[in-house]
Amino acid sequence: MMRPETEAELAGIVAGAERPLQIEGGGTRGMTVPGDGDRLSVAGLSGVVLYEPGALTLVVRAGTPLAEVGAVLAAEGQRLAFEPMDHRRLLGRDGVPTIGGVAAANVSGPRRVQAGACRDAMLGVRFVDGRGRVIRNGGRVMKNVTGYDLVKLMAGSRGTLGVLTELAVKVLPVPEAAAVLVMEGLTSEAAVAAMSAALGSPFEVSAAAHLPEAGETWLRLEGFAASVAYRAGRLGALLDRFGPARVVEAPDEVAAMMRRLRDVEDFADRPGDVWRISVRPSDGPRAAAAVAAEAAIFDWGGGLVWVLVPEGHDIRPALSGIAGHAVRVRGAGPLASPEPAPLAALAARLRAEFDPRGLFNPGAMG
Amino acid sequence: MQMPAPDARVMAKKDHVLRRLMAVLPEDAVIHDPTATRAYECDALTAYRCPPLAAVLPASTAEVAAVLKICHEERVPVVPRGSGTSLAGGALPTADSVILGVARLNEVLEVDYPNRFIRVQAGRTNLSVTGAVEGDGWFYAPDPSSQLACAIAGNIGMNSGGAHCLKYGVTTNNLLGVTLVLMDGTVVEIGGAHLDAVGYDWLGVICGSEGQLGVVTEATLRILPKPEGARPVLMGFDCSERAGACVADIIRAGVLPVAIEFMDRPCIAATEAFAGAGYPDCEALLIVEVEGSPAEIDDQLALIKRIAMAHDPVELRESGSAEESARIWLGRKSAFGAMGQLGDYMCLDGTIPVSALPDVLRRIGELSAEAGLRVANVFHAGDGNMHPLILFDANAPGDLERCEALGAEILKLCVDAGGCLTGEHGVGVEKRDLMGVQYRPEDLDAQMRVKDVFDPGWLLNPAKVFPLEVSAGRRAG
Ligand SMILES: Cc1cc2nc3c(=O)[nH]c(=O)nc-3n(C[C@H](O)[C@H](O)[C@H](O)COP(=O)(O)OP(=O)(O)OC[C@H]3O[C@@H](n4cnc5c(N)ncnc54)[C@H](O)[C@@H]3O)c2cc1C
Ligand SMILES: Cc1cc2nc3c(=O)[nH]c(=O)nc-3n(C[C@H](O)[C@H](O)[C@H](O)COP(=O)(O)OP(=O)(O)OC[C@H]3O[C@@H](n4cnc5c(N)ncnc54)[C@H](O)[C@@H]3O)c2cc1C
Repeated sequence: MMRPETEAELAGIVAGAERPLQIEGGGTRGMTVPGDGDRLSVAGLSGVVLYEPGALTLVVRAGTPLAEVGAVLAAEGQRLAFEPMDHRRLLGRDGVPTIGGVAAANVSGPRRVQAGACRDAMLGVRFVDGRGRVIRNGGRVMKNVTGYDLVKLMAGSRGTLGVLTELAVKVLPVPEAAAVLVMEGLTSEAAVAAMSAALGSPFEVSAAAHLPEAGETWLRLEGFAASVAYRAGRLGALLDRFGPARVVEAPDEVAAMMRRLRDVEDFADRPGDVWRISVRPSDGPRAAAAVAAEAAIFDWGGGLVWVLVPEGHDIRPALSGIAGHAVRVRGAGPLASPEPAPLAALAARLRAEFDPRGLFNPGAMG
Repeated sequence: MQMPAPDARVMAKKDHVLRRLMAVLPEDAVIHDPTATRAYECDALTAYRCPPLAAVLPASTAEVAAVLKICHEERVPVVPRGSGTSLAGGALPTADSVILGVARLNEVLEVDYPNRFIRVQAGRTNLSVTGAVEGDGWFYAPDPSSQLACAIAGNIGMNSGGAHCLKYGVTTNNLLGVTLVLMDGTVVEIGGAHLDAVGYDWLGVICGSEGQLGVVTEATLRILPKPEGARPVLMGFDCSERAGACVADIIRAGVLPVAIEFMDRPCIAATEAFAGAGYPDCEALLIVEVEGSPAEIDDQLALIKRIAMAHDPVELRESGSAEESARIWLGRKSAFGAMGQLGDYMCLDGTIPVSALPDVLRRIGELSAEAGLRVANVFHAGDGNMHPLILFDANAPGDLERCEALGAEILKLCVDAGGCLTGEHGVGVEKRDLMGVQYRPEDLDAQMRVKDVFDPGWLLNPAKVFPLEVSAGRRAG
């Protein structure tokens, strides 16, 4: 395995590569098809380049472990707003997830409904393209419309357009308090209606999920303690028609609930494939029913549906009448809804422009 | 500023092209009379003008596709246009180009509160998107000051921001889907009411692509429930360093104001003379607005005032009523109008890291003195998006050139400080020739490769964003 220590070394490896490369972050195996490529680890490019808490910006090398990023931010009372998932338990893997791996997969957790996705927090990138050239795009400031936004294009590109070497991200303060309103016994349809009412209120709900097996619907509020208490009261009253709500306030308990949701812990130790389906929230229950899920978890107010299905079962045909897409997260190799033909054609041309020799992660991104 | 010479081949077949366009559009949708095309000769960057070959006003995605197919076959350049309020010359035509205006595409197609989105045709104005949902307690967050006139199409073209983007983000953070017509007439649907892309993040790269990748005809936008209330506080400081430090401390403290606006002494003086908002006589002024219930607002403002006190403000004025709020905002909102009273001005849009604020302001003062042109600063301080306004006299020979030279120096200063050339107005032609200050040739090449993919013939708004000498080979091909 190649493990460059500098961006220049990495660029040299790519420029001189004669066979495909399997790019990886911190060792949790990537989502590429196991192939004959040479493994290229970015983990050697690690460390914080610049951190300005007063400007809410962090510049960090792509191979920096996510845990290190979290610790650096926590020391200043800040965090990554998009709440990236830790896939290790669900996928039964160990290793050290990196910030570059998270960016390359655009991994966003429950707070996506309020604070946006990983791609929304990304301000700038440096990457090595398929010709071995170092490319910079974006910057480290919050607002930047200078030229095309290749930062967004790199987010979620799974290492197929270039190897990320450095990222600038927007961070946010950790709020003083958090609480979860818990409602019990709702059907999935009623739960989505309740979550829509909550997300359509001015009370700034920062997570809305329904766990049918537990029979619970969760609504998270964050902010200054007095404000959280006030909003919990108002939200409870607003949702009265759906039934009573209890409020969980103990920090440990709130954190554990959100970790369970974020990391899809409920599916971790059960056999079967795991897919994530993105649909408009009101279509969530219909999507779960259509694929005959053994179990489902609704996040993002119903718009993100995690389903557990028998091994090898391709759920995509069953979703054909529902707008959105599905991606297999656990199972044999990557599988995702195809893009419409004109977009697939653009994708192929884009890849050929950025990686003309077809070096990067062949098999990823369809 | 140079534009490429019109393509003689295109000019020679003008009548032929017009006939083909008139065959697919209603008569009144093809504008070619030289007096009528003058309405499309510039956008809000009025220093540069050039009437187009023709302007077309299609009223459906199918008509847009038909127009593009013809222009593609005839190899006629196309400049997409929303409302023409670009401050960067994004919608400036060339003599051989067809202006494709989307103003007739202005319907609301779908409003869905449970799923929190609105789908509109792209020519609809920004303010009327909020107008369609505000009666039910909702709004569309990105709110450029031009929102009465500018269209969603142009907002997407420029990835526009607004006064509230510190909390709610800019256009790209609020855009869920588009219908896009490619230069060859292919119609593609990207995104929709669901979140995130399954493949590449096409929406992300289309937003802010200044009409160079495709023509947007419809958009799905995220809408938000209105907050319970909002209230500003005004603070004056005797130096910009204190104001800058106060901004950083507020942000660090965990409050998330919707807006933090900054004005310097020249700007305060101009707005006082113009609007008489009763601002204090000081070097730097901040307006900070927070949202929530009355009690939540009280708490946040109490914290903000505590932070401000540590920076020795010369004035601290919290609004106690809707009238007082309006008064606090009055000067800020009339800043551009006030500057207009003093003469012609050029509005820059560089962004800097907030920490660089005091240094950059001091250097701007020095550069302004050296150039002998007055500069006033008014800007979104929370996100470092500066709007230095350079005053000049368009009728004085050489003044525009001196103003542009000073502008370029100020933008270079922003880039050197770790910032960028433009935070929300876009590159267009205005900052096109400065792109090399921020990006190296290979960085620009990577961006141009994206255009190669979407528009291999470089027919869509080709003379913008990239310095002409950098894009020359591609435009010719
Ligand atoms: C829909 C979805 C499916 C997922 N499926 C899996 C899975 O099957 N297996 C798994 O381990 N994780 C999977 N993840 C999780 C994701 O990979 C991890 O959350 C996180 O990225 C792990 O970090 P890492 O450093 O270990 O990344 P890796 O697992 O090493 O890499 C993740 C992906 O990013 C690419 N990548 C990593 N670093 C860089 C870089 N610096 N530049 C460019 N590309 C880079 C890799 O090539 C790979 O495609 C999935 C995430 C999502 C959203
Ligand atoms: C007084 C004033 C105040 C302003 N305040 C702000 C502000 O606060 N924040 C801010 O961000 N901007 C501001 N602007 C700038 C301007 O209003 C924005 O850039 C706006 O988004 C432009 O919208 P438009 O519809 O007028 O677009 P146009 O000027 O017509 O076009 C803008 C760009 O978008 C492209 N475009 C237009 N339509 C399409 C389409 N259908 N498909 C693809 N591309 C297209 C054009 O080719 C061009 O490159 C201000 C301008 C003025 C005059």
